Amino acid sequence: MSRTLSRTVRAVVAVVAVVTVAALAACGGTGPGGGSGGSGGAVTVFAAASLTDSFTRIGRDFEAANPGTAVVFNFAGSSALATQIDQGAPADVFAAAAPTPMDTVTRAGNADGEPAVFVRNQLVIAVAPGNPAGVRGLADLARPGLKVALCAEQVPCGAAARRVLDAASVTLTPVTLEQDVRGALAKVRLGEVDAALVYRTDARAAAAEVAAVEFAESAGAVNDYLIVVLADAPHPDGARAFVAYVRSAPARAVLAGAGFQSP
Amino acid sequence: MTPAATDPAAGAPVRTRRRPGRVPVALLVPATLGLVFLVLPVAGLLARAPWATLPQRLADPAVLTALRLSLLTATLATLLCLLLGVPLAWLLARVEFPGRRVVRALVTVPLVLPPVVGGVALLLVFGRRGLLGEWLDSAFGLTLPFTTTAVVLAEAFVAMPFLVIAVEGALRGADPRYEEAAATLGAGRWTTFTHVTLPLVAPGLAAGAVLCWARALGEFGATITFAGNFPGRTQTMPIAVYLALETDLEAAVVLSLILLTVSVVILAGLRDRWLTGP
Amino acid sequence: MTAPLLDARLVVDRGTFRLDVPVTVAAGEVVAVLGPNGAGKTTALRALAGLQPLTAGHVTLGGVDLDHPDRRAWTPAERRPVGVVFQDYLLFPHLSARDNVAFGPRRHGVDRRTARRTADEWLTRVGLSGYAGRRPGQLSGGQAQRVALARALAVAPALLLLDEPLAALDARTRLDTRAELQRHLTAHGGATVLVTHDPLDALVLADRLVIVEGGRVVQEGDAVTVTARPRTDYVARLVGLNLYRGHAAGHTVRVGDGLTLTVADRLDGEVFVAFRPAAVALHPHRPDGSPRNTWPATVVGVQRHGDNLRVQLDGPIAVAADVTPAAAAQLRLAPGQPVWAAVKAAETNAYPAT
Repeated sequence: MSRTLSRTVRAVVAVVAVVTVAALAACGGTGPGGGSGGSGGAVTVFAAASLTDSFTRIGRDFEAANPGTAVVFNFAGSSALATQIDQGAPADVFAAAAPTPMDTVTRAGNADGEPAVFVRNQLVIAVAPGNPAGVRGLADLARPGLKVALCAEQVPCGAAARRVLDAASVTLTPVTLEQDVRGALAKVRLGEVDAALVYRTDARAAAAEVAAVEFAESAGAVNDYLIVVLADAPHPDGARAFVAYVRSAPARAVLAGAGFQSP
Repeated sequence: MTPAATDPAAGAPVRTRRRPGRVPVALLVPATLGLVFLVLPVAGLLARAPWATLPQRLADPAVLTALRLSLLTATLATLLCLLLGVPLAWLLARVEFPGRRVVRALVTVPLVLPPVVGGVALLLVFGRRGLLGEWLDSAFGLTLPFTTTAVVLAEAFVAMPFLVIAVEGALRGADPRYEEAAATLGAGRWTTFTHVTLPLVAPGLAAGAVLCWARALGEFGATITFAGNFPGRTQTMPIAVYLALETDLEAAVVLSLILLTVSVVILAGLRDRWLTGP
Repeated sequence: MTAPLLDARLVVDRGTFRLDVPVTVAAGEVVAVLGPNGAGKTTALRALAGLQPLTAGHVTLGGVDLDHPDRRAWTPAERRPVGVVFQDYLLFPHLSARDNVAFGPRRHGVDRRTARRTADEWLTRVGLSGYAGRRPGQLSGGQAQRVALARALAVAPALLLLDEPLAALDARTRLDTRAELQRHLTAHGGATVLVTHDPLDALVLADRLVIVEGGRVVQEGDAVTVTARPRTDYVARLVGLNLYRGHAAGHTVRVGDGLTLTVADRLDGEVFVAFRPAAVALHPHRPDGSPRNTWPATVVGVQRHGDNLRVQLDGPIAVAADVTPAAAAQLRLAPGQPVWAAVKAAETNAYPAT
């Protein structure tokens, strides 16, 4: 009795173990750059979350222009991507939304050559549609009773906001320091804050729900986006081709359409 | 086996040798793998910890502020969960009412909801333009988002299912005849609940509260969405860890270890003091 | 006799099962409700305690309707002057023996100190003065039973209910505890209802027996009457008698299948005939002479029964007979063995069935 039972248990354990291993193996196979199935030579691009829309389009255009090639993307915060790359993620290209995460990667010796600035982004003040609070410029953000969201200084949009505010000598107490630009934008969309400092591209992507107020001082804190081929790229040729394509005229047009500026 | 069957005297030592010792391999192997799987990431954190700069980082007032806020809000959230969750668990365990299955399923919603979505949902209810928030604002001038109260609410929202499920399970396991015995001795339903039912389910209650507290302590998504991030007011340890991760991996590791150590020490202390005994 | 302290007719309808049992108990009287499993004993007790509402009938204690569906009267358990000793005691595991006993007085508005003093007095009375600080888990079965009794009595209930109070105890402890329980029940001034399936408990502890089968009262009376004159097979088995229903004409009773028994009593009409297994004599051949009640039978089983052997016989009537081991050896008793059974008329007890 007990013997048959333990034999059954063992059989169950064996089946579970086999299934688990198989499942994990399958997961690994479909991961970025894993190259299972059709996307044998896919170029894996780790790109900042703010590039999601533009790079998705550019990727399709690149594939159309180079039949037989494929691009897969991993979009996330630049810092998280830098950590993943430094921990050995199998990526070909890194496109960062700020110099700092790119520095982490180059300092770790994971970049192949010098990163290049391919676009720039600038801050705008995001407000509710119709601008009910009547925000005209940076100084208005310090108005008492006005609720403002900024990005935390650890992330690029927060660092840029700090530089702009310091340069203009505007002192304000935000109600929150968001973990990324989408968090700040969401607070405006939901009406929890009256204004937030976000990138022009993010404000434009959310144009249906927020209005953007441009301000002169933002020129003093332009954010550089950098791109580089990675040292351990599994597909260095495809990677170089993609980076070149990003800097070509058709790609620039797509990026400009999203609100980015040329360097 | 056969000697035990033919000679009854030989059976006894065989049994005593079997009882305390030998764990079946079929259980031991996955159990060990499970433990390794849980502990290994912590070992990874320890391996990456910058021990040299640890004291200096520990003394950072910003770290202490975040830690204090985390402990305070997690504890308040647990109290809130106890206050609301225990009666809810009692209702689910002891009262037959139409739609009880649906209510039980609803209680688990925060478990499956991504915490960030939970935070958005809280904003849609308690936010400045939320269902209740708008009324709270106009009637009392009360706005919850970006306050420490919001942190407590976000943590309680995410952690409450752990408490309700644990306590309901304990209540279902408790013999309701003790409550009948209390009634025959003159105890009303409320007195029975406080004097008999609660002490009977105390171990389950404590386990639920510990789970609830631990979940609240680690809460990130709903908190940053509903309460935002402001040092000293809404910046809890997990948020500080996340932001540190943006610039400084080592700082993030240190903050994680501090959170981990403090919670383990507190839980171990509680276990010794409250959770043991006959 | 004055009006009974407890006057109840317990009707509980639960679809397939219907309980309908009248119970009246005088002050100071102990009534045992005796019956097989599933007879409805525990339901009856729960209805008295207020843990099971009546479908119909009434529970009137000291002239007050505690439950009377027709009059829409209902007193919940916590407001009834009733104490209950549960089958497995249900002592609160998180409280000491003292606090278990003090629980009732506390709920009745007594302050903590007085309640504890009352509890200590009760514990002393049941012989557990040294155990007040112990948790139920640290008490033996007999001690727990006494704490449960003290807890039920500490609220000075008008009605004391005991559900199989000795069933959870081993044979030796049961003997001592039964004697002690009897002392406390005698001292209790209120009414006592005891539910049990053990005839010995009922005979020792109760002044009156109510036998319940299938939700109905099948027999009621004092211990002497019930043991001498059982009216159902269940009761006969309980008290260890052979029981037959038959038609009497003078000193003879037809008990079925053509067998006529001669009895000492002179009766006419429907009657019961009862006799002890020890009164049945077994013979290898038809005995000639004295006992007139003889019939051929077949052995179907032999079991040890005290110092003797109990022999189950089939034939015109199913009979249990007790014989000494020596007699059994002499008869070479074995299943299938034909024998002759005989009972003296003087050993029978016949009484009207209606």
